[in-house]
This record gives sequence, C-alpha cells and structure tokens, in this order.
Amino acid sequence: MLYDIGLRISYAYQTPAAGGRHVLCMTPADMEGQRAITSLLDVTPEPDERIARTDFFGNTVVEVAFRAPHEKIEFRLRARVDRQAPEAPSKDLSTPLESLAEAIAQIRSLGPDSPHHFLADSARVRATPDFEAFALEHINAKRMTTREAAESVGLAINRAMMFEPGSTQVNTPPEEAFARRRGVCQDFTHIMIGCLRAIGIPAAYVSGFLRTNPPEGQARLEGADAMHAWVRAWCGPRVGWVEYDPTNGVRIGDTHIVVAYGRDYGDVAPVRGVVRTSGSQKSGQAVDVVPLPTA
Amino acid sequence: MPSAKAQPAASPVARLLAGYRPLPGVADELVDAAGQVRPVWRGFVDYLAKMPAVEVKRRLEQGDQYLRDAGVFFRQYGEDETERAWPLSHIPVLIHETEWKTIADGLIQRAELMELITSDLYGEQRLVREGHLPASLVAMSPEWLRPMVGVRPRSGQYLNFIAFEIGRGPDGQWWVLGDRVQAPSGAGFALENRVATARVFADHYAAANVHRLAGFFRAFRDTMNDLRGDGESRVGILTPGRLNDTYFEHAYIARYLGFMLLEGEDLTVEDGQLMVRTIAGLAPVSVLWRRIDASYSDPLELNEHSKLGVPGLVDSIRRGKLAMVNALGSGVLEMRALLAFMPRLAQALLGEPLKMPNIATWWCGQEGEREHVRANADRMMIGEALSTRMLFDSEDSTLLGSTLEEQDVGVAGLLEERGAMLVGQEAVTLSTAPVMSDGLLAPRPMSLRVFLARTSRGWRVMPGGYARVGRTQDATAIAMQRGGSVADVWVVSDKPVRSETLLPSPSTPYRRTRQSELPSRAADNLYWMGRYVERAEGLIRLLRAWHVRLGESGRADSPLLEYAGKYPGFFGANPARGVPKDLYTTIAAATASASQVRDRFSVDGWTALNELAESARLELSNIAPGCTSVRALGLLLRQITGFSGLVHENMYRFAGWRFLSVGRSLERAAAMASVLAWFADDAAPEGALDMVVEIGDSVLTHRRLFAVATSRSTVVDLLGCDADNPRAIQYQLAELQEHIAVLPGAREQGQMSEVSRAIMKLHADVLVATPESLNAKALLDLRTELTRVSDLLTTAYLR
Repeated sequence: MLYDIGLRISYAYQTPAAGGRHVLCMTPADMEGQRAITSLLDVTPEPDERIARTDFFGNTVVEVAFRAPHEKIEFRLRARVDRQAPEAPSKDLSTPLESLAEAIAQIRSLGPDSPHHFLADSARVRATPDFEAFALEHINAKRMTTREAAESVGLAINRAMMFEPGSTQVNTPPEEAFARRRGVCQDFTHIMIGCLRAIGIPAAYVSGFLRTNPPEGQARLEGADAMHAWVRAWCGPRVGWVEYDPTNGVRIGDTHIVVAYGRDYGDVAPVRGVVRTSGSQKSGQAVDVVPLPTA
Repeated sequence: MPSAKAQPAASPVARLLAGYRPLPGVADELVDAAGQVRPVWRGFVDYLAKMPAVEVKRRLEQGDQYLRDAGVFFRQYGEDETERAWPLSHIPVLIHETEWKTIADGLIQRAELMELITSDLYGEQRLVREGHLPASLVAMSPEWLRPMVGVRPRSGQYLNFIAFEIGRGPDGQWWVLGDRVQAPSGAGFALENRVATARVFADHYAAANVHRLAGFFRAFRDTMNDLRGDGESRVGILTPGRLNDTYFEHAYIARYLGFMLLEGEDLTVEDGQLMVRTIAGLAPVSVLWRRIDASYSDPLELNEHSKLGVPGLVDSIRRGKLAMVNALGSGVLEMRALLAFMPRLAQALLGEPLKMPNIATWWCGQEGEREHVRANADRMMIGEALSTRMLFDSEDSTLLGSTLEEQDVGVAGLLEERGAMLVGQEAVTLSTAPVMSDGLLAPRPMSLRVFLARTSRGWRVMPGGYARVGRTQDATAIAMQRGGSVADVWVVSDKPVRSETLLPSPSTPYRRTRQSELPSRAADNLYWMGRYVERAEGLIRLLRAWHVRLGESGRADSPLLEYAGKYPGFFGANPARGVPKDLYTTIAAATASASQVRDRFSVDGWTALNELAESARLELSNIAPGCTSVRALGLLLRQITGFSGLVHENMYRFAGWRFLSVGRSLERAAAMASVLAWFADDAAPEGALDMVVEIGDSVLTHRRLFAVATSRSTVVDLLGCDADNPRAIQYQLAELQEHIAVLPGAREQGQMSEVSRAIMKLHADVLVATPESLNAKALLDLRTELTRVSDLLTTAYLR
C-alpha cells in the first residue's frame, strides 16, 4: 500500500526563545515490510545546526539547534511510504508463556532488538501490581503461548479502556490513565507494555502513523489525524517480535506505518527539545495519511 | 613535674593506651594481637604520649579552627539542609609504605579491570556474548546508558579518576567494599584533612616520613591538561552547584588545580564543541571533570528532567570534541551486583585472579546464588542489586539477613518475590583504628577511600586518601551507615620522603597562567553581590539616621520622621514597626550570590559575609526602636564596611572584581539619586537635608567645605555633583565609566559599545549639571537611566 504522509508540529513561545536544541524522531522507518520512498523534513526557521544519526534502537533521528532568538518553530515532514502487511502466521510458533523466562535468559545479546531492554521498568512505564493483576485475569499462564497471552491482554485493554482524546496529557502516568480507564493511544500502549512486562513478556513502544477512514459519506479532513502508537512484544526465539495495536484491538496491518521503536514514549517522542525561554509555549500537531490509488 | 615523680608506674605510652582494648575477632591498626603497638605507629604514639593533655586539647581545637577558617563544610541533604562542620577525627591512620604498595598493586589491577569492563560494555560486549555477565543485569541497570553504546572516548580511555572503598578483615587482609568509578568525591577533602592534621601535629609531621599528596595531584592535573589535545581550550569541573553536598570540595579542587568551576548553565554546545559563556563571549572547553551523575549531564539525550546538564553534551562526546572524566555510563560499574562477577571477569579479561578480593557477593537473579543466600541468610547483608550506593550511605537500604528474617515477608519470601533485584553480601567486619576520646585513644572501625588517577605513565595511587571512622565500636561494615568522622591517612616510609608542592620549582620557566576567564554566571553573581551589599549598607545608614532622630525626639510622629518613614526605599515598611524585612532579604540575597562564586572569592570575605548575615539575624530582631537600634545598626554598619574593605583592599583586580565594583557603584549612584530626590525635595520638612548629609556619611565634609548650614544647593553639590566625594553620584559615575571602559568589547575598532556610550553620556550629563538643574525629576530620570545601563550590562556580559 502506498501512502503520502504529512506531519506538521509547531511550537510558539510567549517570550522569544534565546536558543534551543531538539532531537526529532518522526521520519518513517525504512525496513523489512516498509519502504520509505521519499522523506523530507523541513524546519523553519532554518536551524544553525542540523545533523542526522541513528539512535541505539536503530531509529533515524535528526538533531537541530537554533542560536538566534525565535518566536516559533515548525517541523514539517512529507514522506511517501510503501507498506506491506506483515504475513499472518498460519500457526502460532511463539514460545509457551511458561518457558519464556528461560528463553529470554538464553539470549546473550544487548543488541537493539534484544528482549532484555524491554523487560525492566523504563522511565515512563512501571509494571505495577495493578497491571500485573489485570494481565493475570485475562490470560491462562499455564496454557497460553506468549503471543496468545500478549494479544489477550491487548484485547482486554481495548475493551476495558475508553478512547477519549483530551482525557490525558502527554506526561500523564499510565497507571493514572488506567485507573480512570480512559486515555489516548499513548496511554493504551503504555498500559499494555506495563501489563506485559508484569507477566514477563518483553514489550516495546512503537510510534508511527495510522491510516484512518473518514466517517461514511464525509470527505477526509486535512490534518485531522495525530501520530499513533502501538506495542511490540517479544514472543520467543522462533517468532521474535510481534506487533499489536491495543487502541484498536487489532494486529498490525498495512495501515500501520512505523516510525520508531523504544522502551516507551520517552525514547521515541517526535520532538525532544530544550529551549532557553522564560515564558510558556503552545504546540500544535497535524497529521495526514493519504492512501494513493494503486496503479 | 612533681606529680610525675609521685606516680612512676606507667610510661606515658601506657597511660595513653590505658583504655585501648581492641575488639575480639577484629583486626586493629594500632596494636597487634599481643597488644603491642605496631612498628609503624611507634614514633607517632611516643610523640603523642609525651604531649601534655592540655596541649593535645589545644592542638585539636586548632585543627578544627583551621577547618572552620578555611570554610570546609559539607551540606547535609534531607530535612535539614544546613552546612555542617567537617567532622575531622584528628588522629591519622598510619600505614607502612610496604603494605601500601600491596594495596596499590591490588587497586591498580582493579582499575585496569574496570577500564576493560567499561570498554567491553560500551564496545564489543564480549562479556555478555560469552556468558560471563548476564545480559539482563546490564540491561536493567539505569546506569548503563544506551546513547553511549558504541561511542569511543576521544582519549581512548573511559576512566581517568576513580576511587575504591576498602576495609581490612579479621585475618588482616584488605577487601574492596565498593567501587567509585563514575564521579568519586572526596579527593579535595583528603587534601584538607591533610592540611589540618599536619598542622595539628606539625612538629612531628615534618620529620615523620609521611608521603606527600601534591605529586599525585600534579600528575593528574598534567594529564587533564594533556587531554585537551591543544594548548588553547579549557579544562572544567562540572558541578551540580552550591546545593550539592560536596560543592565546597568542587570549588576547593577547582581552585587547587586551576580548572574552571562550571555549572550546566555556564555551558552551551555549538557544532559539537562545548563552550563556556564568558564575559568575553564563548570559549571552548575540551575536557570536563564531572561531579554530577551521568544521567543528569544532558537533558536532551539522558534524563529529560535534568536542570543541571547541558543539551548537546552527549553529541559533543560522540563527535570526539570533548573528553569526559569519567566517561558517561561508567556508573554501571558501581552497580552492586557486579561485585558478584568480578572474580570471573578478572579471569576472563586479565587471565589472572583479583589481587585484592572484593566483599563476597551473590546476585539473587540466578537460581543457585539465590539458594546460597537463602541458606546462609544469617551471615548475609541483603540489599538492592542495582544500587550504586555505598554500604555506609545512610540512605542505603541494605539490611542484615537476621533483621530481615524478623520482618513479615522474611528472606525466603523476599528472594522469591524480587530476587533479580537483590544481592546477598557477606556481613564483613572492619578493622579498628584509634580516635581521641576524652584525652585517651579508643578503637573505632574504619574503612579507607583510596583515589587513583590515570597519568601519562599509567594508574597512580594517591599515597593517602581518607579514612571513614565509625561512630560506635560496632565493627560490622553495615554499622557505618550510622555516620561518624573522617581521618587523614599517612603512608609512612622508613626513609625521608620528597617534599613536594603543586607549585613549579623556581628553576622552571616562569609563566603566568591565563587571566582566569570569567563565566557570565559568575560575573552576574559578583555584580549582584556588589549591588546587594551596597543596598544593605544604604538601608542600614537610612535606618540608623531615622533611629538617631527618634532617640533624640522620642516620638515617631514628628513631621520629619513621618516623611522619612515614607521614603520609597523602605518599600512601604514603616521603620517605627521594626527593621524592614527588606534588609534581611537583601543580605540573604548577597550571601546567596556569594555562595555561587566561592571559587573566586576569598575565604575571609565569605566568612565576613556570613557573620554579617548572622548578626543581622541576631541583633536586629526584636529590638526597641531608638537608641538600642542605633547601636545595633552601628555595629552592623561596621561589619559591612569591614567586609567591603576586605574585598576592595584584597581582591585581585581580575574581571570579577570589576563586576563586583560595577554593581556597587551603580547601586550607590542610583540609591543616592533616590535619596536626594526624596530628602532634598522642596516639600521635605525641616531637618531632611541634615539627614541626607548624615546618610551620605558627609557631615564633617559639609562643615569643612561650606561652613554654612545645609541648603539644597550645598547638599546636592556635595552628594550629587562632587567628583571627590565617594558618596556622590558623579564620583560613582566616573568609577562606573572607568570599569566599563576596560571590560571586553567596550571599544572595538574604534566603536564604543552601547553600554560604554550610555554610561559616558550619563557621566557627562552630571558633569555639566548644577545643583539647581539636578532637581527631583532630573534625579529620578538619572535613576531610570542607570536601570537601563544595568540592562545593557546584563545583555552584553551576564548571560
């Protein structure tokens, strides 16, 4: 499936920022099953420094710095991506949940895809007793495969939680969103990660874009979408990582376009920045994911 | 002494040791198993025993006084964030150089091993791949910093300055209790301990063959300078700032070694190059000795909540433009669980066993180890596996297995629940060393902190360090959590030692070091300190003049006092109702500014300022208006002028002094403009003019110059237009112009800077003014103009 993706993130400062430095993580990944045909990232005003690199987890990030005072910044991404749906497994070859710990212990690697990075608490996600209890309620730890368990938990979260834009902020702790049973995709994702880690399944945060369909009979509104997030779970050495979208309660298809992988939102936030300013700031985000007619 | 003859029985040494009883089953530094003083201690003990008790007491007090005068303190975290006196235990710990050589060999091996492990964990990760270290343990550690993986330090080395905490077991062998390989503190305290202890026992120390510390620091300083790779860029010490518990030490060591003391706010990164903001613009820094935890050093790539770091610092390291001492991420080596793997890692990386073992440790993330800890819980300390705290840290949560067993969940339950997060460690005991207690020696448990620095010729061990001495006789290592004191460590030779200092010998070519560059933040603090001190002085003078008049007339409702009470400089506080709060806050602000620039500020000045704040607090609260107030205010005034005298008589005329002086002159000129505008106004009641002359400390001068009663003209002439009266506006404007003219960039290619132009114009305006033209409006305009000068200064130099 071919997509044209547009993303615009802007910041306006109440008093001009004396300078700033930002790490941007928003360009679609180029990887198996997903080809980034073009990817342009424009920054206004023109930054004094700009450098691209690959981070620990293999994501492409761009660091920009501004030295002159500025009142606003805009990051604008335009990309064309060819996304193939991951093949649906005919048979569940994932490791039985009961022996997953053993399988993990066998992995002697600290490489970017090693499950070891995704099992311990991370800055934004803790495996709380609440998460553990919820997860255990929805699995059969003795009989399920890891994949079954992960997807059961994901689906249970999808059913238990209400999707409600504006109900949480970017820094709302996942346990708080969970207690209120409402949130946005970031919360769904963090909660699922917390639940999976609590039962010993390595779980990662995936940031990306999602193709959405406008309500029937209506035209697609431009910029109406936001960035999306979902979960990646390590299901044993034979199948490796499997992705699941708890917000929509579905497996990943060709409508999910991957940007970056990390332990939680903090690793893959589209903009991480430090500005020298004394006042407050306003930010805005707009996303368009437009499917192209296949020739 | 006749009394000595009357009691011939005990020798002086026996008397001194009368109560010294080593604990059963514990090694003692001073005496051997048979109770005999060990050879290395004999000279010192003989010397001490011969000293009369009063003399001992006097000397110990002298040592404490030295530390107080030197301003040595440490800050206590927690509820009560106060500065505490440095708890020096005056009796040094003596170790013979032969034994020290064994210690040094063991620790140098360990340092090399630490370097190899760090290099592996951030490089090829063979240890994990080959199964010597569990991947999960490394991945769990918050100190293993993923952004640093694959980043080679530009010097090729991860570790440059580290420390080990060691203790001696019952069998006399030394054990490593913990590793400090991230940003160890204490080297500066070790130096101060040495200075204080050497003073206390000065006559003995000079000939006691004690190895000196300066050579070690010189070698380290040279290595740091070499790390720059050029002769131009700077070496800095990165400190979290004055609220840190060891800030004093950071300031001390920066001064001692001649490095810049920097905070995150001082620094910025441009194209990968770390830069310090100075009053002369950005200047490159290529080596940083950090005293902050790695995760706080860059909010962009590490802990996003850090306010202490520098955005872009990690990238600077990545691009090879900055050498960090020690490498970011080296903290993973402090993880307690790692101790369990050290014997194996030594074999894997060095092909030899550890020369000095570390405290036996079992990581409970592994089945067999968990079982061992459970079975031997009564001989174990159980603590956090990922913790990088030292055992003696009062916030460390390590508990004895026996203590845990009494709690609800018990050892077995705890290990079951969260084994991977726990370690068991053998509950070791430490050796004891003497402390002075009521004039006699008594044994206390101790551990040593030993410092190692990488030099051009490999690792070098500081011949000394400091000893941590327990508070009670309990010799279990874990008891050290209860605090105690510190002692100097003397490494003693049989032969005379070379006496060294950090100063180059007179035969080496004489070269002035670069006039220390002034970071903008330091300049800002000095400027505001100058302003606040002057503001406080002005307020005190005003208040005193007010109370003098109250004392004379006995009533606060006279027209003059009522009018004076409304002076805008009191900010609405009526002096009749006690000392305006503004005075305290002004003094507190001066102290706060001073505390941020302690490395550029004499100890005497700092002490004087603190005493001033203390007496303001003690003297001024709850005193009656009138005469008693006058006395108290007079006292304060003498203190504040004493402080100013100290600063202005003794401070070297570096740029820092200029900013201090600019602050003072600007504040004085502005305050005088306000005072004249209010008190020399036509609407002011009778007596107001005399009051101004008194506030302006110019009563005698006025009498001599004019020989008439005060009139508006004479007063404005003397305090506004006079070029020779240091209280006059014009005098201070001339000073300001002079200082500003020599600041960097004041005149470039014939062009005057904006601030130079502003002050020159202002000065010229007052030069041509007459007492008549300098009316209230003109004075208030002048004041506004001075605010603009201050803003211009701030923009140009102070941020």
